[in-house]
Amino acid sequence: MSGTFVGMPAFPVAARDAVRDTTLRGNLRHATHTIRAKRANAVAELPDWAELREAGKRIKDHTLRHLDRYLERLEESVTAAGGTVHWAADADEANRIVARLVKETGESEVVKVKSMATQEIGLNEALLEEGIHAYETDLAELIVQLGKDRPSHILVPAIHRNRGEIREIFAREMSEWGRPAPEGLTDTPAELAEAARLHLREKFLRAKVGISGANFMVAETGTLVVVESEGNGRMCLTLPETLISVVGIEKIVPTWQDLEVFLQTLPRSSTAERMNPYTSTWTGTTDRDGPRTFHLVLLDNGRTDTLADEVGRQALRCIRCSACLNVCPVYERAGGHAYGSVYPGPIGAILSPQLRGTGSEIDASLPYASSLCGACYEVCPVAIDIPEVLVHLRERVVEGGPVTRAGNKVVLQPAKGHAAERAAMRAARWAFTRPGVLRTGQRLASRTRRLHPRTLPGPGRAWSGTRDLPPVPAEPFRDWWQRTQGVDGGKGTAK
Amino acid sequence: MSSRERILGRVRRALADVPEDDTPYERAVARDYLREHGERTAEQTVDLLAENLADYRALVHRTDAEGLAGVLAGLLAARGAATVLVPPGLDEGWLASTDVTRVADRAESTPQELDRVDSVVTACAVAVAETGTIVLDGSPDQGRRRITLVPDHHICVVRVPDQVVSSVPQALGRLDPARPLTWISGPSATSDIELDRVEGVHGPRTLEVVLVG
Repeated sequence: MSGTFVGMPAFPVAARDAVRDTTLRGNLRHATHTIRAKRANAVAELPDWAELREAGKRIKDHTLRHLDRYLERLEESVTAAGGTVHWAADADEANRIVARLVKETGESEVVKVKSMATQEIGLNEALLEEGIHAYETDLAELIVQLGKDRPSHILVPAIHRNRGEIREIFAREMSEWGRPAPEGLTDTPAELAEAARLHLREKFLRAKVGISGANFMVAETGTLVVVESEGNGRMCLTLPETLISVVGIEKIVPTWQDLEVFLQTLPRSSTAERMNPYTSTWTGTTDRDGPRTFHLVLLDNGRTDTLADEVGRQALRCIRCSACLNVCPVYERAGGHAYGSVYPGPIGAILSPQLRGTGSEIDASLPYASSLCGACYEVCPVAIDIPEVLVHLRERVVEGGPVTRAGNKVVLQPAKGHAAERAAMRAARWAFTRPGVLRTGQRLASRTRRLHPRTLPGPGRAWSGTRDLPPVPAEPFRDWWQRTQGVDGGKGTAK
Repeated sequence: MSSRERILGRVRRALADVPEDDTPYERAVARDYLREHGERTAEQTVDLLAENLADYRALVHRTDAEGLAGVLAGLLAARGAATVLVPPGLDEGWLASTDVTRVADRAESTPQELDRVDSVVTACAVAVAETGTIVLDGSPDQGRRRITLVPDHHICVVRVPDQVVSSVPQALGRLDPARPLTWISGPSATSDIELDRVEGVHGPRTLEVVLVG
């Protein structure tokens, strides 16, 4: 099994297989339900949650609206603090920069803190091609890496695995990568965590190069922030001599004070804790404490294209808490792999088609991977209106129109698979603007209702495959109104 | 064209809809959220800190300035520690009652050497009651970041009530962003197995906090 998402089938196809996997559904149901109630409690502790959410939204929106200015400011302050800033327009460029920086140290292995940005650009695979081994050190990332698997959740990439499966992966694979799992390893979470501690310890202690992402970058001070639980982040951020951080350009906040909002909303939204066990902040390099060399790679890779869409750009507010995944009824049943991206769930359904464009089958199908129930918007700590963006992207897929790809304005053609939908909508528009036609059509439909099929023929079959067609009433509403309530109907005249 | 120019150019074109006189930062963000949650006396704030530290499995001890050396000696003895890492600026009196071998915090020490040390004793920069968090800022009485990371047993001394604030906004106001900061809320933990919290992964598995006041 490959660790990449290239050539993924459309969401409905992938989801159909996932939904049949009863172990997967059990694992996801258990995990998402556990965290849902806890998150609600953690949020309820703060009476000013709504104000914090609004402030987070506004800080991010303001930053995005002036991103050029804040990027320049950040570069200035990171450089002044002793760091080196690199700019990467796409995944390939970012991977080339990181590989070069690692090679310059003379090392052939690196330890990694969990980072969505480096997952997104496929950094581990790119480094391996250059002969550099990247070791994931987050417990869930380790489970994914050892299992030659793909991540299925933003925060807990191995959420699709239960303790028994994890035990099996550790017992089987750890010896291939370094220290083997302890003899007689059981499936209690504490023992599994201990096995990971022992396995990774030797890697941390000898590591000369660490690679991370960042949750936030403060423009005015040049400070980077990593929020974590296990201590693997602290290991990677402080023990190596060289630290390379790959961070999306949307991760900026203007001031140090802005952290007071996100350090309250992020932990409660993601792991439902008042505060996560460890948060590290660093500003450039510190004399005789931690890495001597610090590189920051600023990553675009579709973010500026997303920024160009006035409706879609709100997706860049995302702080990767994954609360939207945990409450989503579609995610709970289909699992993360069906989304064909490192960003699964509701946020992935609006982020992936914007970062990558809607050219592939999977990306064109993602805006439809939702029932539009709105639970994701409800829990989002930066108030991203995910349903609004989903509908906006559906329109783009069906109707086509102007978009920005790799910095260039292009006009998207309407998608092929949606011809029937467009024809149906055109017919509806025609009929609804002609009352006489509509009336005749409705009466005809009522009289022939015993002959109606229960499923649609032709291109409509897919739609009615999972839904009952609504029954047509014996009499159109307007006829009934005329008969019972109208001027000729006599009694009970409507007001 | 460099990638820097390319990306900044793309950003500017993408933001063509943003007017010149867009609301400035100072007015764009309404900070009408609370500076702290609830009204408490200094003593109640310390009690809340103790409660929240314990809630995330830190072991909390309370003493006064005179009792501190005795408490620290007792904790190291109970742990069976043979060696203890000591930051250069730690108050000498704190370890006056123990004969556990001191290991100095030196830049030259290798991570492997630190891994063989049993315990570490530090002060802190600030503690946050609402979240049960202690923050280290690398001052001389706290040492380099790695000394509170590699040993498996961390004892942190908090001077109460002076070093205790109620909330995250208050803590950030007291801290210097130029210093490397480590915010610690309980011992190392993970939620990666079935989204359930388990204590004890890579950081110190035992965190003891001594409140002195």
